[in-house]
Amino acid sequence: MSNRIKLQIARYRPEQESEATFDEYEVPYTKESAVLDGLNYVKDRLDGTLAYRWSCRMGICGSCGMDVNGEPKLTCATFLADYAPGPVRVEPLRNFPVIRDLIVDIDDFMRKLVRVKPWIVREVEKPVADGAYLQTPEQLDEYKQFSMCINCMLCYSACPIYGLDPNFIGPAAIALAQRYNLDNRDEGSAERMRVLSEHDGIWGCTFVGECTTVCPKHVDPAGAIQRYKLTAAVESMKSFFAPRGA
Amino acid sequence: MDQPAVSTPYHPRWLRRRVSTYWWLGKPAYLRFILREGSCMFVGWFTLYLLLLLAAVLEGPLAYELFVAWSATPALLALNVVTLAFVIFHAITFFQAAPQAMVVRLGRTRVPPQAVLLGHYAGWIVVSIVVAFFLLGA
Repeated sequence: MSNRIKLQIARYRPEQESEATFDEYEVPYTKESAVLDGLNYVKDRLDGTLAYRWSCRMGICGSCGMDVNGEPKLTCATFLADYAPGPVRVEPLRNFPVIRDLIVDIDDFMRKLVRVKPWIVREVEKPVADGAYLQTPEQLDEYKQFSMCINCMLCYSACPIYGLDPNFIGPAAIALAQRYNLDNRDEGSAERMRVLSEHDGIWGCTFVGECTTVCPKHVDPAGAIQRYKLTAAVESMKSFFAPRGA
Repeated sequence: MDQPAVSTPYHPRWLRRRVSTYWWLGKPAYLRFILREGSCMFVGWFTLYLLLLLAAVLEGPLAYELFVAWSATPALLALNVVTLAFVIFHAITFFQAAPQAMVVRLGRTRVPPQAVLLGHYAGWIVVSIVVAFFLLGA
């Protein structure tokens, strides 16, 4: 027989109410049960109106990020047993507008992501006949850590700067920009620099460091931002002393 | 909020939650961050204090005596004790942050972050020994 634990789930039904409320449900759990399993139990057995996002259940898709007892977590990788005897408070990710229940609007992040061109930019593509762009293991190691980002937005939820100034481009977008800047096949770092060196780019970050703490994939966005600040400062000095790009 | 919320399927009314003025009390990590940022005020005061000391020393023995007497007043002593605590806190948190911002390479291998951190502490100790040598040994 399994144990039971109480979930206090934030509900927001825009057609009925103008503020969020909490509904309480009791769900069974074993030591393997994730918070997401608890939500699925509620949805399947107790209250089909509960709305939340999820997909892969294995920490890859980045859909199921929510606030669990005040900490941004991937609910598929957060276990109910760790919160026993409960209750477990599940809320939508902070710093994002809530659409319904646990679903937040991610449009702002998606717009920012595109601005940093998170793809390989080439000035001139070499012909297919010339073969693949080769890379050594050392060159891969340069950016591999930053390529682990799954766009789950936990870092945005943990970042007080983003909460206070929604124009800040944010941790994941900068980490992903670095992922491509540090890729030896890429030639787009100057284009990204124009976006990232703006007021709302890297300089908005005051290095709270919580983005790195909450990152479920150990991407270290705070480290990416500080490294990029150094790069931007060096570039700016270079352009000051050698304005013609000598 | 007497009026019931109105929405249509295609125009949802988003719930926008404001960040509390006291957000920095919400988590120990946020409080540490605010203390770290606030510590720069004390670092500034410490620098000013050193400059005042230097000015007093350059002015002559009497000015130095007055400076020492002023430094011994309870209010200034208390301020300087708090300043020392914050300056140490500032240095430690600065050193902790350094390996995240610095990627140091020896040949093709990356120096581990712990080594970068230890390098900072080693530098601190060396500088302290040099300063102590001049103060005590001279």
